[in-house]
Amino acid sequence: MATGTEPKTNSDSSSETSGDTRRGGVRAGTRAAIAAPHLRTDRWWLAPAVTAAGLLAFVVYSTWRAFANEYYYAAPYVSPFYSPCLAENCAPMHAGPNWEILGGWWGLSPALIILIFPLGFRLTCYYYRKAYYRGFWASPPACAVAEPHKKYTGETRFPLVLQNIHRYFFYAAVLVAGILTYDTVLAFRDENYQWGHMGLGTLVFLLNIVLIWAYTLSCHSCRHIVGGKLKHFSKHPVRYRMWQFVGRLNARHMLLAWTSLVSVALADFYVYLVASGAFDDPRFF
Amino acid sequence: MSVVDRQEWDVVVVGAGGAGLRAAVEARERGARTAVICKSLFGKAHTVMAEGGIAAAMGNVNRGDNWQVHFRDTLRGGKFLNQWRMAELHAQEAPDRVWELETWGALFDRTKDGRISQRNFGGHEYPRLAHVGDRTGLELIRTLQQKIVSLQQEDHRETGDYESRLKVFQECTVTRILKDGSRVSGVFAYERETGRFFVLEAPAVVVATGGIGKSFKVTSNSWEYTGDGHALALLAGAPLLNMEFVQFHPTGMVWPPSVKGILVTESVRGDGGVLRNSEGKRFMFDYIPDVFKEKYAESEDEGDRWYEDPDHNRRPPELLPRDEVARAINAEVKAGRGSPHGGVFLDVSTRMPAEVIKRRLPSMYHQFKELADVDITAEAMEVGPTCHYVMGGIAVDSDTAAARGVPGLFAAGEVAGGMHGSNRLGGNSLSDLLVFGRRAGLHAAAYAAELPDRPPVDDTQVDSAAAEALRPFSAEGQTAGSEAGRPPENPYTLHQELQQTMNDLVGIIRRDGEMREALEKLADLRVRARRAGVEGHRQFNPGWHLSLDLRNMLLVSECVARAALERTESRGGHTREDHPSMEREWRRINLLCSLTDPTDGLAATDPVRGQITLTRETTEPIRPDLLALFEKEELVKYLTEEELYE
Amino acid sequence: MSSSYQARFKVWRGDTGGGGLTDYAVEVNEGEVVLDIIHRLQATQAPDLAVRWNCKAGKCGSCSAEINGRPRLMCMTRMSVFDREETITVTPLRAFPVVRDLVTDVGFNYDKARQVPAFVPPADLLPGEYRMQQEDVDRSQEFRKCIECFLCQDTCHVVRDHEENKPAFAGPRFLMRVAELDMHPLDAAADTGLDRKRTAQDEHGLGYCNITKCCTEVCPEGIKITDNALIPLKERTVDRKYDPLVWLGSKIRRRSSAG
Repeated sequence: MATGTEPKTNSDSSSETSGDTRRGGVRAGTRAAIAAPHLRTDRWWLAPAVTAAGLLAFVVYSTWRAFANEYYYAAPYVSPFYSPCLAENCAPMHAGPNWEILGGWWGLSPALIILIFPLGFRLTCYYYRKAYYRGFWASPPACAVAEPHKKYTGETRFPLVLQNIHRYFFYAAVLVAGILTYDTVLAFRDENYQWGHMGLGTLVFLLNIVLIWAYTLSCHSCRHIVGGKLKHFSKHPVRYRMWQFVGRLNARHMLLAWTSLVSVALADFYVYLVASGAFDDPRFF
Repeated sequence: MSVVDRQEWDVVVVGAGGAGLRAAVEARERGARTAVICKSLFGKAHTVMAEGGIAAAMGNVNRGDNWQVHFRDTLRGGKFLNQWRMAELHAQEAPDRVWELETWGALFDRTKDGRISQRNFGGHEYPRLAHVGDRTGLELIRTLQQKIVSLQQEDHRETGDYESRLKVFQECTVTRILKDGSRVSGVFAYERETGRFFVLEAPAVVVATGGIGKSFKVTSNSWEYTGDGHALALLAGAPLLNMEFVQFHPTGMVWPPSVKGILVTESVRGDGGVLRNSEGKRFMFDYIPDVFKEKYAESEDEGDRWYEDPDHNRRPPELLPRDEVARAINAEVKAGRGSPHGGVFLDVSTRMPAEVIKRRLPSMYHQFKELADVDITAEAMEVGPTCHYVMGGIAVDSDTAAARGVPGLFAAGEVAGGMHGSNRLGGNSLSDLLVFGRRAGLHAAAYAAELPDRPPVDDTQVDSAAAEALRPFSAEGQTAGSEAGRPPENPYTLHQELQQTMNDLVGIIRRDGEMREALEKLADLRVRARRAGVEGHRQFNPGWHLSLDLRNMLLVSECVARAALERTESRGGHTREDHPSMEREWRRINLLCSLTDPTDGLAATDPVRGQITLTRETTEPIRPDLLALFEKEELVKYLTEEELYE
Repeated sequence: MSSSYQARFKVWRGDTGGGGLTDYAVEVNEGEVVLDIIHRLQATQAPDLAVRWNCKAGKCGSCSAEINGRPRLMCMTRMSVFDREETITVTPLRAFPVVRDLVTDVGFNYDKARQVPAFVPPADLLPGEYRMQQEDVDRSQEFRKCIECFLCQDTCHVVRDHEENKPAFAGPRFLMRVAELDMHPLDAAADTGLDRKRTAQDEHGLGYCNITKCCTEVCPEGIKITDNALIPLKERTVDRKYDPLVWLGSKIRRRSSAG
């Protein structure tokens, strides 16, 4: 064409980039040729870094406390890490949650038996998944920031396909939350097991149980079970109302995940302080 | 000339907005192999901008509604200049077109008993607009898009090819309709991405390209609205009807400058928003014209009561037809009672709780928050008129949507003229797209099927279309060695000057002298546009695309200016300062624009005399049974004595 | 404060054959958005700068690009969010093949759209007979707000960082479409033997989603894609594929209804 404007054919323009295809991702051959893995100028690394640091801190703390096997009971308070206590080697708690189901063969810290459930619940939680996929796995580290992995199969294969059992951990978490509620009721006693008393610890337990319930009920699986699975809300007005309630909580799932994580550690730490004698539980009445 | 790729189809639809897609669905369902060509990506058409709703007399909210009432409202809105048969078909068929969308997956807002909810709108006697919040156009386009995909899935199951019977050529532009003698033989187009030319051979072409707003500076229309279909039809020898009628939507954003013109939906007023001037006065009560006096509230109290009890109160004048409201705002601003940025105040914040505003007008809330940093739940919006819609368009047969004088050419949607008369009611556009989109597709498919032979495509037409499309690359003064040549014109500059000219001289209020001046400027721009030159190559080159669109904008702008100069009265979307009243004699007159010299493209036309010739035509008398739907007292305001007694 | 100033821009120019960031200095006025600046570049310095846009009001989803590395609509990114001294980088979407300058080939999305089976109308209802309650259409209506800007598809690392996943993964936009149809109160797909819950996983790659929420983060319509569409869809898939209790329940119910 005389004007020289006839478009180029693709075959003669691909030579330069064809060698780059193995680099994959945003730098794959057909994408816009930009060398940088990302062009974000904001502090995109801050959120995953803080998340990772926060989770790591909890992991370190809870590992120490779970294996410690001491200072988890100071009447009337039992640490949420050790409740219910299902082995013979539990500290005796008057009318407390120690049911020796496992008998005497269990020699390790009794916390390990029960912590599996809240741990599993949080590990498969849709929010925590996001948090650790981003914070620990960098998959992706932040939006539009290239991830370092060569391959990605998501939750299609073992072991990550197991994330789909989240709802069973939810059922278990409801039971655990029920027991923690029981513990909180017991916290309205004094150290001599007399009812109708309150201390600072009671408040700590109250705060914790409210946050635990709010977090547990705000779970996506819960939202699905109470009503999300329905096709016609109009035919199930009660479940629709429940779904709306859970939905409002669910919008704050991340906030509740963090606050309940902190509160459960706090409740445990409070028991530790009191049980170890480092701190004397102020009694109100 | 290089060999241009050619394909054979039965029906080619130009434009993939509501009308185009509805036409394509219909043509394909009638068995025609159908191609759709659109300038943007599939699903991005300007229809997505429609906010308020689809007018259809389903009577879901008020049982008193029926097609006759809708017809009456449409004619009143159009000041009786409507092609009445179109208005009749439109009012009768709109409900079916809306219900049909539900079977394709559309989800409208619902009434308590589970039907499609309907909302109030300017000029509509009853709540009539089926809607989805304030994003009805998006719902319409997505539903049609998904219907097309579902037809393609059907074809895929049968033939193994998604595009065997229905194909969308996205990001392609048609520059010429090709003809075999007087009848259509296909279209010439280019692919925006590569710049490659191609020809679709087809006996039937449906033009559904929308409007002309991009010829005006302040407009709610997107870049696509360059009057392509109007120009294609003109160039193919089909006349345009009543091009002087351009609707200025009363409420466009006025600030910040970069978003000036972007639409503020009429639903704001339909749901309770009021207009105030800088003195805080609800000025619309001063602007109720005589023909509407009995239908609108006289006091603010009555207007406010209407929202709750429409059967015993009259509607507030904020809901007058758009032309009236636009003129009133214009007058207030001119009288010095405007808002700081040259508009007036539209307020919902004092009328509804914040939650209700966010739920009923989510995109408006979003739009003002994001673009103007204004929280409409707490403060008033500033609004002013913006070029929104052209009532004029390709003259078509009411029943078949066939363009006059060019067998095989059909038109539907905004590009077709007649349906809305001198002014369109809000909500009647989306229903127009569906009703006449379907009819155009139906009759195009029937025409293609009945034709004994396929009209051949003439090679010389293809060659000259290609040459025309390439001219910007060799604009005068651009080619090497021709130092004597004047420098090429920047197409962007030309476009800005054209927009300024039309906005200032053929805008919302028109004067004889200014329009003559506009015609001179257009002649000058036309000469300069021939030298519009572009850099670079043909791959996705927006400068080149604009250069080609300039031809179309100049053609339709001249139509608007010439027709507006000719019509010495004020009616609907045409307001003459020097002829302020509506004349009953003019109601019987249609103005037709046609190309002065259709034989040799545009090259031979005299730059001063222009390219457009006007002819007057007497409108067809309204059928008596339709006239009988009106009171005599109302008719005398519009019709001449002799028409009344015929 | 003066209302207009010179801003520094870096705009990616090029095509499939390569390209790079080009520096521009360009005027910015009060109230403008990034798309205004791109248009000013076109009109004054780079007439052949390729860019897609339509409505300029955040309604059509055409002007998607990456601004300072973040997927955004150019028409909805106000210049006032940037520092005047800042150099603003604009590149095309980096998950799709580039065509020219800021224009990419988004055909991937149209292919995926075709792979999601359409709405199946109920056989026993005629047009005009559809009755649906508002609370039953709310969920799908939220998803139908989607303007198909494809920012979610662009930002999703499943395909952005792994070209090889494109055949298997529909992306957030079209998984949301599956959810929309599965939650449609009158969709009769099940009557035709189509199980959208199962195909979400088996055919559209829902399992690839690791719910890291970037789709929700970039959505200009504020649709809660992850919380309201993808996770509920995952839960529905669990009902079908991973929950033995539900599986057992449905088996028993089928047996008893058969008997």
